[in-house]
Amino acid sequence: MSAPDFNIKYVAHLARLKLSPEEETQLGAQLGNILGYIEKLKEVDVTGVEPTAHAFPMVNIFRPDEVRPGLSNDDALRNAPKRSSGLFVVPKVVE
Amino acid sequence: MLHRLTISELTARLARREVSARDAMQACLDQVARVDGDIKAFISHNPADALAQADAADKSIAAGADFSAQPLLGVPIALKDVLAVKDQPLNCCSKILGSFVSPYDATVVTRLKAAGAVIFGRLNMDEFAMGSSTENSAFQTTRNPWDTSRIPGGSSGGSAAAVAADECIASLGSDTGGSIRQPAALCGVVGMKPTYGRVSRYGLVAFASSLDQIGPFTKDVRDAATVLEVISGHDPRDATSIPQPVPRYTQALTGDIRGLRLGLPKEFMVGGLDPEVKRAVDAAVTHLQSLGATVQEVSLPHTDHDVAVYYIIATAEASANLARFDGVRYGARVEGADPLEMYGNTRGAGFGAEVKRRIILGTYVLSSGYYDAYYLRAQKVRTLIRQDYLRAFEQVDAIVTPTTPTPAFRLGEKSGDPLQMYLSDIFTIGCNLAGIPGLSLPCGFASNAERGTGNAKLPIGLQLLGKPFGEETLLRLAHAYEQSTPWHREKPSLHAS
Repeated sequence: MSAPDFNIKYVAHLARLKLSPEEETQLGAQLGNILGYIEKLKEVDVTGVEPTAHAFPMVNIFRPDEVRPGLSNDDALRNAPKRSSGLFVVPKVVE
Repeated sequence: MLHRLTISELTARLARREVSARDAMQACLDQVARVDGDIKAFISHNPADALAQADAADKSIAAGADFSAQPLLGVPIALKDVLAVKDQPLNCCSKILGSFVSPYDATVVTRLKAAGAVIFGRLNMDEFAMGSSTENSAFQTTRNPWDTSRIPGGSSGGSAAAVAADECIASLGSDTGGSIRQPAALCGVVGMKPTYGRVSRYGLVAFASSLDQIGPFTKDVRDAATVLEVISGHDPRDATSIPQPVPRYTQALTGDIRGLRLGLPKEFMVGGLDPEVKRAVDAAVTHLQSLGATVQEVSLPHTDHDVAVYYIIATAEASANLARFDGVRYGARVEGADPLEMYGNTRGAGFGAEVKRRIILGTYVLSSGYYDAYYLRAQKVRTLIRQDYLRAFEQVDAIVTPTTPTPAFRLGEKSGDPLQMYLSDIFTIGCNLAGIPGLSLPCGFASNAERGTGNAKLPIGLQLLGKPFGEETLLRLAHAYEQSTPWHREKPSLHAS
């Protein structure tokens, strides 16, 4: 692989993805292959070239700061895996 | 036979009160019942709701509705499972969304409804629009209506197959690296990706926000113009939508393309191009010349880097966009002792292999120490790619290429090799990186004689690429070509199994 320090466990942790050992092996090999292909970008001379984040960048897109109807509390929670008292319920965060 | 009609044919009959919207909707539902067991384009549909919408359209027609104000009145249109329709399920063909039901309409859906469309069904796709064959759906495998042993293309494979199999009159899909044009080509229908910012992305589940655009699948070019006119326009809810008036695209279809300058990019005539695809595209170029267009060679020197740039930028954006699927606010949660474990469990169980692969790649290219080498460099090469196109458009009005290097490949043929699958998008990706419009339309057939299954032939797509906001030129060219060739009138023979 062209990126020898590619650490699948570390990147999966950053991505908040729990992978099985089989997935780690398979993804690691496939990504090595893909990264090898991507390496060819290093051939391109990009000296002095500005990056493109958007094809048609627009700046300062403002709208009037007006109160408008939004989703009701019930609509916002209708797809929640767990809800209570008008709130999303998550596993305990603090001891 | 109403399901076989185009939008313009159906609305003409509806306006003359020769047929009802209910009859048209029922004809599509019957066709779904007849063929979708083989094609598997729809992951779900609600016949009662569809017929109720059709009845409402019939009431409007009886009350004297104006088809020029509501150009899709009574027209059954199906949507890729990535667009939000209030009170309908939305899954992106992933397990992670569980039993999600949309709380609001996407802007394109609001616009379709205002134009009178009857919106029904959720169409199959690669999970989160990541793929080129629709084999990455967590739900089912869609078959190409021309040969059910082959893929329909992707990621909007269901949208293309449903139109090709006359299960709906038109459909919408999304295109991040070719996901409208490639399946349109492989299924023998018209597919269009508009200029970035032409159509609002509000209510489109985001894959790669700087590349995604929504566009139509239709049976002919006139219908593509009709749908595009309805769905285009500025939307305050999408800060990247461009505040520029929407032309009357249907009026661009004059049939006259004399003097239009076409460019053939020399970098696209690569090895690996199927000889029958090359022959069909060469013949199409000759035909366009016979209609009065002029042809010259152009150069897009950075084409060779399109796929690498795309798979850095698209995966980087996807890794950020898909962070929201964490089991907190929606979808199928897998519990854990603490939030971190819950996120990991939920995402590990909910995402399929290709989505995981892209999230990992995107996370890696954005991670500390690699950002400059991969992501920033890719954004710079994207600038060079975009400049190539804009420079070419100083000399020509449109660029002509094959949409795909080969006709539809077989199910399973590339699913084991992600890189080979990625390389099947080689002709469509530049358009998204440059932000320009692109359209694919049928330009012939490859013989499928070596196979005993399905039809004897497989569709080939011609891709037209235009200047930013050059949709009218593309539609004019495509319409003139289509109306003087027989390809769009051919239909797959759908054998019930």
